[in-house]
Amino acid sequence: MAKFETPALKEYLEMPASLKKDSMVHSGPFVAAPQHQEPLGFPGELVDNWQDVAIEKMGELLGKYRSLRVFLDSCVKCGACTDKCHYFLGTSDPNNMPVARQDLFRSVYRRYFTLGGKLFPKLVGAVKLDEGVLDQWWSYYHQCSQCRRCSVFCPYGIDTAEISMAAREIMASVGKGQKYSNEIIAKVFKIGNNLGLPEPALVDTMEGLEEDVKDETGVAVRYPVDVEGADVLLVTPSADFFAEPHVDGLIGYGKVFHQAGISWTVSSYASEAANFGMFVGSYENMRKIALRIRKAALDLGVKRIVFGECGHAWRVAYSFLNTLAGPFDFLDSKYPVPQHIIEVTHDLIKRGALTLDKSANDDKRVTFHDSCNVARASRMGDMPGGQFILPREVIKACCSHFFDMASDTIHDSTFCCGGGGGLLTDDLMELRVKGAMPRMQALKDVTERHQVTHLAAICAICKSQFSKVLPYYGFTMDQVVSVHQLVSEAIVLGAKD
Amino acid sequence: MSALTIAYILLFYGAALVFVIGLFYRIFKYATTPAPLKIPTTPAPLNQRGVVFRLFWEVVFFRSLFRSAKWIWLFGWMFHLALFVIVLRHLRYFTDPVWAPIELIQPFGIYAGFVMSVGLIGLWVRRFSVARVRYVSVISDHFMLVLLLAIVVSGLAMKYVVHTDIVAFKTFILGIMSFQWVSLPGTGAGEAPNVALLIHLFLVAVLMLIFPFSKLMHAPGLFFCPTRNQIDNPRAERGLRSHESRHVAQWALDSESVGKSGV
Ligand code: SF4
Ligand code: SF4
Repeated sequence: MAKFETPALKEYLEMPASLKKDSMVHSGPFVAAPQHQEPLGFPGELVDNWQDVAIEKMGELLGKYRSLRVFLDSCVKCGACTDKCHYFLGTSDPNNMPVARQDLFRSVYRRYFTLGGKLFPKLVGAVKLDEGVLDQWWSYYHQCSQCRRCSVFCPYGIDTAEISMAAREIMASVGKGQKYSNEIIAKVFKIGNNLGLPEPALVDTMEGLEEDVKDETGVAVRYPVDVEGADVLLVTPSADFFAEPHVDGLIGYGKVFHQAGISWTVSSYASEAANFGMFVGSYENMRKIALRIRKAALDLGVKRIVFGECGHAWRVAYSFLNTLAGPFDFLDSKYPVPQHIIEVTHDLIKRGALTLDKSANDDKRVTFHDSCNVARASRMGDMPGGQFILPREVIKACCSHFFDMASDTIHDSTFCCGGGGGLLTDDLMELRVKGAMPRMQALKDVTERHQVTHLAAICAICKSQFSKVLPYYGFTMDQVVSVHQLVSEAIVLGAKD
Repeated sequence: MSALTIAYILLFYGAALVFVIGLFYRIFKYATTPAPLKIPTTPAPLNQRGVVFRLFWEVVFFRSLFRSAKWIWLFGWMFHLALFVIVLRHLRYFTDPVWAPIELIQPFGIYAGFVMSVGLIGLWVRRFSVARVRYVSVISDHFMLVLLLAIVVSGLAMKYVVHTDIVAFKTFILGIMSFQWVSLPGTGAGEAPNVALLIHLFLVAVLMLIFPFSKLMHAPGLFFCPTRNQIDNPRAERGLRSHESRHVAQWALDSESVGKSGV
């Protein structure tokens, strides 16, 4: 990979001094091979008449998604979103300004679907879809983590993520798919999770966790796989099964269920919460993945579905699951479908069902990273903004030292970790490092003001991304922790007295 | 009736037709295109009332814009608010008798003309001076601001520079509306043509003509924007657990029955 410079962290988050046109045009992910494309129902390689197919697909999507149609027409080029994208702030490439990113799509839309664009293409900025445009799409629609920050600040709520998804779906449909995401989706179809971890390995891993927890605490906490008749089906990102610091979170979920006396299981068939179908914009693939969860819940006869710590997975679960794979009339109607593990733990804490010893985390001074998809595309609890409150309350119940980052970088203004939206791949390392700059800036700020030592997160992608990019900015990779890792440390196992 | 009067009458019928049909066609498209997934930008309201409030804040005070860019908000809000007052003021040409509230705001309409000019000029200066905004602007973006500015300036010119016989003008407008046409003031034999009026009317017609084909569609668009108008309730209702009330688009249902695989 080409060498690149890690952005310097300044006193404040600064606006790029000048626009560096095309400075990131070279950045694009690997193209999917036929064996990654075909299981998803996409052509193996770029089809001959790809322009026609692409325009036809664009027309189809315009008829299927109101968001796309309204967003393409409504932008007034006011510029309010131009400084809101972490990739723009980190790279200075003007095509990473949300409106400019949209315009790559909009200009083609205008040329083929609007009167103005057909009659006066020059005046309204309409262009023909050609190879150059496709290359630009490839670069810049893979420099959007679909984080929705721009949508919060746009006066018309225009969500560039929707346009990125549409663009990616069009590209995949003409045979130019993204290797990283598509390979993963194919693995889910074949094996059940993103990592391609087969059932025996999964059982093995979970048994290993049981032993570890037994050794460490002397308590036999169970980490069950495929147990029929359990109350809870836990669906968690497969990174939780072994990656650091994810696995410490999984250990925490197990301890919480153990203490609360809730019987639970994971499923080897639906051993993945992540749903990369959303990243590639494909409703059909997203639905196929979601249906695995439905089937697992039915087969195992569970009463509730609980999701582990994962950002976009929670969006798909919270906002889309009923749409994609409902109805869930076979589950216990006392509980929302689905629930987030944070909601479960929070509820137990509120009811006094867990004994937590904060001093176990006294060595840590913690801040919390709101993950984009949790913050801006879903909710927890029963009030708007519960997704900001619940995780913080859980953390505060487990540690004495909690400090928020600057207010314009948290809650619905949160900055993406830089690796969301299907970009968590080594072929996009430069983008990931640069895109993390605004978050790193905010972290540096709390580190200096409050001597914060740990960054807690509730998303598998955020955790992996931070582990990788923290060292570029002078932090260490072990500074990122799972929220349930903090719970795991603080929870007092054994009978309640 | 002079050729000029006839030309303007035809222009206005044409413009009104294009405006109304175009607008309705686009709105029809928005309304009939499904929103297959729940995508409100959260935190979002949990009920319909909340959504009405959210949209109210957006439409009346440009809340999101205020959060994101204070200068754009200031100029944009000045311009839109003034535009609103000006449109109200102009209702006096279309109604007879004129409603009392419209009579009352007449003087404000003039101030609004100046406020609107300042807002538009502010937005236009930004379009040049801020590199980020310049980068995303194309000719039509500049044209739209110039067009609006020219409409305001020609309007103000009729107040301060060239005298316009507004009584005769009102008769002309009412004539168009009731299909009993009369001459446009300043086009009779021996009268000097009122250039400001002619320009003003022509530009307004142009605005109406391009409205449905341009970014001006942001006005109805906002009301159809799923990120702002959807309720955050995907798992709230018990009913969502039955087939009938699942939030699912017809095209998705159709594809469900085709691809019964996987389950
Ligand atoms: S904030 Fe919205 S309307 Fe303004 S330029 Fe960005 S996308 Fe367009
Ligand atoms: S969704 Fe996020 S990454 Fe994509 S353009 Fe908007 S701010 Fe940037």
